[in-house]
Amino acid sequence: MTDKILRPLPATDRDTLPFWTGGKDGRLLIERCNDCHHLIHPPTGFCPQCEGRDTAPHAVSGRATIESFTVNHKQWMPGLTVPYVLALVALEESPEVRLATNIVGCAPHEVEINMPVTVRFEQVDDLWVPLFAPISASVEHDA
Amino acid sequence: MTAYAEKETAITGIGQSKISRGADKSALGLTIDAALEAIADAGLTRAHIDGMATWPGDRADGSGFSDVGIPALQDALRLKLGWYSNAAETSGQFGALFNAIGAIASGLCRHILIFRTMYEATARKAGFANALNRPGDRVRGPFAWYAPYHTYAAAAQQALMFQRYVHESGIKPEQVAQIAINGRRNASRNPAAIYRTPIDMDDYFASPIISTPLRLFDCDVPIDGSTAIILSHIDAARDGPHPVTHIEAIGSSMQYRNSWTQLDALATQAQPKVAQMMWNRTDLKPADVDVAELYDGFSFHTINWLENFGFCGRYEAGDFIGDGSRIALEGDLPINTNGGALSAGRMHAYGQVHEACVQLRGLGGNRQVNGTPRVTALSTAGGPLAGCFLLVRAN
Repeated sequence: MTDKILRPLPATDRDTLPFWTGGKDGRLLIERCNDCHHLIHPPTGFCPQCEGRDTAPHAVSGRATIESFTVNHKQWMPGLTVPYVLALVALEESPEVRLATNIVGCAPHEVEINMPVTVRFEQVDDLWVPLFAPISASVEHDA
Repeated sequence: MTAYAEKETAITGIGQSKISRGADKSALGLTIDAALEAIADAGLTRAHIDGMATWPGDRADGSGFSDVGIPALQDALRLKLGWYSNAAETSGQFGALFNAIGAIASGLCRHILIFRTMYEATARKAGFANALNRPGDRVRGPFAWYAPYHTYAAAAQQALMFQRYVHESGIKPEQVAQIAINGRRNASRNPAAIYRTPIDMDDYFASPIISTPLRLFDCDVPIDGSTAIILSHIDAARDGPHPVTHIEAIGSSMQYRNSWTQLDALATQAQPKVAQMMWNRTDLKPADVDVAELYDGFSFHTINWLENFGFCGRYEAGDFIGDGSRIALEGDLPINTNGGALSAGRMHAYGQVHEACVQLRGLGGNRQVNGTPRVTALSTAGGPLAGCFLLVRAN
């Protein structure tokens, strides 16, 4: 997908910055409890499983499954390229952790629920936005 | 049955401004129209109003989402209040109503003016730009997790939940279409509705896809308008000019992750828990409901409420809706009798509260449901927001 308009970017704080910058080193960083290894997203500094407060960004595999998706056809603003795929993906390490993302590396009509995908990153300004592509997708298919 | 707070309250007055796609008054002007009509409808004067509540309160961001807050209306009407509350952080749009119930039951107020004003039609004509299309502005809050992916509207977020529901339930597009077709059919009998020309299945499938599986006709209509409700203590309500409209039971809870991305169950959203809470607070059953005004910000919401209220089983809404006859005015369970938000305009279910009272009073004219409705079910919101309640007309 070629964006004619810049992606809107999130404001970050000390909790969320690792998620949005891990891609600089090719890593998808999700907050994890150092005591019980429960993944916490969005990051809060509190483990709802063991009530631990010792948490840190942890590099996960980047593999995930598409839990749902929508092919957006409406051009919400001038310059936005449509159609594009918005999806919710569940991380392989913990299906409880769900990320909103765009699916790239394939045509919108090829996207399906339960499709396995893997992360890649797109740098925008000082942030690295996690995107996901079908695991079978080759680099040539990238738009 | 426990003496729950809501049973001490009743809706005594309703009012609505002109609803349009471009108002000839300010948002405050529309709100005053609705408020004065509701106060008069309750047989009251401004001097009787001692409380106010609204959702979500003044958002001076130019979006028209909520252009009027309590201070502006209180000042314009010179009301003398013992209590007031906006309810931005609450379990759905009905939070204003639920807070007001608490205020009345605890003796803070007798008559509370509740309102919801939207000015989105004018805001859009004026080219409103939010933080998502102002280069350089960074997005804060829950939306920050979606925004980088070109998610500019609730339609795309809800489409994700809708798609998951379609996947799990197998509902057919022709069944979904009946929600929009039913709404428009009812709107054709409502002089105040925005869109009044009936649509058929061909029209539905000719409407553009916004974000699969949502079509344009699955999405409600941004409007300029205001709806007002007077909630009174039951003792005071008995002196009013209308049959007493009791609040029988409410459902308002947050037992799931309150997040647009991490919501526990995508397909069902937050609705099952609030519906369960509501039924736990009454002896009434789904079969007792005569008419239902079910939130239709998107047609998907209405479908989900049919299931979560227990009018049919999980994933059976498609078959329940069928050819649409069951949910029509003449059917077993008429829904969205004024056209709903899809055709009468987006009032975030406050339009549905207004219509429920109209039906209970028997004042629906040629859209009045058959028989004498005594019980209505009301619902609002989707995603992590949800709220619902039952209204019962006194015999």
